[in-house]
Amino acid sequence: MSGKVFDPKGVLQDVESKFEMFQILNENGEVVNPEYEPKLSDEELVELMTRMVYTRVLDQRSISLNRQGRLGFYAPTAGQEASQLASHFALEKDDWILPGYRDVPQIVWHGLPLWKAFLFSRGHFIGNQIPEGVNILPPQIIIGAQYIQAAGVALGIKKRGGKNVAVTYTGDGGSSQGDFYEGINFAGAYKAPAIFFIQNNQYAISTPRDIQTAAKTLAQKGIAAGIPCVQVDGMDPLAVYVATKDARERAVAGEGPTLIETICYRYGPHTMSGDDPTRYRTEDIDNEWAKKDPIVRFRKYLEGKGLWSEEKETEVIERAKEEIKEAIKLADQAPKQTVTDLISIMHEELPFNLKEQYEIYKAKESK
Amino acid sequence: MAQMTMIQAITDALRTELKNDENVLVFGEDVGVNGGVFRATEGLQKEFGVDRVFDTPLAESGIGGLAIGLALQGFRPVPEIQFFGFVYEVMDSISGQIARYRFRTGGTFNMPITIRSPFGGGVHTPEMHSDSLEGLMAQQPGLKVVIPSTPYDAKGLLISAIRDNDPVIFLEHLKLYRSFRQEVPEEAYTIPIGKADVKREGKDLSIFAYGLMVHESLKAAEELEKEGYSVEVVDLRTVQPLDIDTIIASVEKTNRAIVVQEAQKQAGIAANVVSEIMERAVLSLEAPVLRVAAPDTIYPFPQAENVWLPNYKDIIETAKKVLTF
Repeated sequence: MSGKVFDPKGVLQDVESKFEMFQILNENGEVVNPEYEPKLSDEELVELMTRMVYTRVLDQRSISLNRQGRLGFYAPTAGQEASQLASHFALEKDDWILPGYRDVPQIVWHGLPLWKAFLFSRGHFIGNQIPEGVNILPPQIIIGAQYIQAAGVALGIKKRGGKNVAVTYTGDGGSSQGDFYEGINFAGAYKAPAIFFIQNNQYAISTPRDIQTAAKTLAQKGIAAGIPCVQVDGMDPLAVYVATKDARERAVAGEGPTLIETICYRYGPHTMSGDDPTRYRTEDIDNEWAKKDPIVRFRKYLEGKGLWSEEKETEVIERAKEEIKEAIKLADQAPKQTVTDLISIMHEELPFNLKEQYEIYKAKESK
Repeated sequence: MAQMTMIQAITDALRTELKNDENVLVFGEDVGVNGGVFRATEGLQKEFGVDRVFDTPLAESGIGGLAIGLALQGFRPVPEIQFFGFVYEVMDSISGQIARYRFRTGGTFNMPITIRSPFGGGVHTPEMHSDSLEGLMAQQPGLKVVIPSTPYDAKGLLISAIRDNDPVIFLEHLKLYRSFRQEVPEEAYTIPIGKADVKREGKDLSIFAYGLMVHESLKAAEELEKEGYSVEVVDLRTVQPLDIDTIIASVEKTNRAIVVQEAQKQAGIAANVVSEIMERAVLSLEAPVLRVAAPDTIYPFPQAENVWLPNYKDIIETAKKVLTF
């Protein structure tokens, strides 16, 4: 007899009890965890707020442009600004971002011109032609596929001796995919510099978080892969920033990947392609989450420091509207797509079948 | 020149390219210390180090995704899928991701990935180890699918595949790994992808085949010669894209053709070859183009393999129908 306790249930309860949502700024904009308050400069705080407000405007405009038929596929982002932009704020320019389709704001702030993001939405391949030196991939459509690719990018960075990281995002639904587990497991096994985000916005289209898994938190899934993992308040920009910065520092120091679950909410529908959230969420739930709004609490925090005002916010909103208008104009100038264009981007050298088809379509297109 | 089996020629090609380009990485399940379950990577980890030749956790989708990420960092990944029957686990990485990267990014990123994998029947494996799934791959735009039938071709084609800036599925027939030796140059050489090879010249009938079926076809051709027929055997070597010029030239010479594949008859490569011949050379034909293929069941249990797999006798039977039409 070894005298060890046989208590599988107790082990689970013990592990799960360790996962508590990390918060710095509460919904009233008060610092509840002062020892973790990041040392961001005034300029940095203002910049982060600016990006969140800007992105909220971008979301509102994108929805209305979609309704006017001037944008195509669009996945609303309002409610997720802290999760998306405060995590991105902790990254460096040479870090690689592997986004899901809701993660357009991060890649725009990482350097994708806005007009290209609009072309992605409209379904034009020029939107996915990434400018040289911008370390992003186009938004992934297959849920979770970006996770395992992030492990590969991170391993590549490690083999190159880079001091950058690979960062990827999925949602609560994505954490049920096989590629999710393979991604965190591979990155863990190779100690590759990756940061994996689960933006737990409570619903995978209509399926609530509780149907995805018996696990009490999604963050704890990192335990099985042997990697550090944490659940943070995804409506709190400071907590998201600190958790990301911490994960990045460890990754760059050669300590491997981290899994971060951000607890957040999408105010809008899953996408603008016909989803009706009233079928699966009540107004009461929406209202509860609206009280936790990331912009509201960060505004209070910054106002308390004398760093933000109504005038400042109006200025950001007006600038955003103006730039969005300009970006739409640029997107409108994109050339019409042709079949010969599509054939030309298939291979470095066209095989016989595509060569023949190129000639056929060239003749048709010149009529 | 050294005498090599196909598996030795494959190892030699991998070694050649690991030496030639420091971006080449070889990885997969058991490819490190163990040298792969068929020893295709024998000695490579020792020679090139664990950074270049490495084991992965056991997850095919993970291996595919890893290859994508490494390619995005400028590497030239050569992952191994331990048996091609396991490919279903990595179908999204292959068809949903690797095949489309150049296209979906409008040429920003390319995927210089060669996925090597053993396939093919006749060696009494358990389920899901022997299936011929090249048709599945060939239907995916963006992929090239290569299947060598000799050690010489295997080395030259694998080097071409690894140097290709687009993805290549490289399928190695299990039964050909050690079935015979051939002279293989020790230096690097390439055989172009998309180029068929006339393995035997003839005047009366063209047989188009690939993989193990090339050898069954050659055997059939020998038998038919005894009966006075001059039979040409064309080894497709690449099943996507097809070498249409060689195929059509052969049909125009012999005016009769059959197509042989080990895979089930439904859909598939042979059907595609027949269609191309019909579209391009129907007026040269003296007889219908027929196929020799396996029946449309799931790949059989090992005890039934030998009655299920097409062989030279089936080929002779079909060839005679066409020759005497």
